[in-house]
Amino acid sequence: MPIDGAVRQAVLDAVPRLRAFAISLCGNIDRADDLVQETLLRALANIKSFQPGTNMSAWLFTILRNHFHSEYRKRRREVEDVDGSYTESLKSQPEQLGHVEFGEFRKALVKLPADQREALVLVGAAGFSYEDAANICGCAVGTIKSRVSRAREKLTELLSIESTEAFGPDASTRAVLASGRD
Amino acid sequence: MKDRKPEPEPPMAETTSSAHKGPGIKLGRDIQAKIGQQLRAMYDDVVKQGVPDRFTELLNQLDAGDHKGKR
Repeated sequence: MPIDGAVRQAVLDAVPRLRAFAISLCGNIDRADDLVQETLLRALANIKSFQPGTNMSAWLFTILRNHFHSEYRKRRREVEDVDGSYTESLKSQPEQLGHVEFGEFRKALVKLPADQREALVLVGAAGFSYEDAANICGCAVGTIKSRVSRAREKLTELLSIESTEAFGPDASTRAVLASGRD
Repeated sequence: MKDRKPEPEPPMAETTSSAHKGPGIKLGRDIQAKIGQQLRAMYDDVVKQGVPDRFTELLNQLDAGDHKGKR
């Protein structure tokens, strides 16, 4: 199966971002790499369904996301990994962020419902438009906006309570935030 | 799926929860900014790892037609 040079380059260029997205979905670097590999095999086997000139990256993200939900989400216990291998997989922390703070953020992120987390990652980290994110997730643009908004609210709530020292709210603010907690 | 220019990312502060009005609103903005920063940092941390060899090798194998179709 000879691979067109431009296709090969576009696929390879997308791999780092596919891995980052895959890890946010399945929470494990090894499984994420398997997910990316299966995505590439599927994509190249169906390359004729890709329209040249359209967004290759969004097309690959769609395949990866659909594959994840059809195959991986069945094994639910492996999806939520608050303190396990996801944490282990990301030992190299960005220098500007404290380790404790970064760990708290990851723990808060995995507490989000999966649909909210993937919407937030696609828009807030991967840089997709709401429209592209909606195409990738197979839902309406308004649904994506709603999920992103709820994800941010929930994270704000979680981080406000868990990181009061980092963010320094006064006691009355804490009381207001705590009263809104589920 | 058409090719689109990515829209500029909306500022995180815009979506401060309406439930956090009053004393919480500045805190909400601060945390929204932190959320955006940490989300991108976490994502970029993986992106910066580049392309692991296994994927280059996979494409080489597929290109040569000798991939066994591992599932």
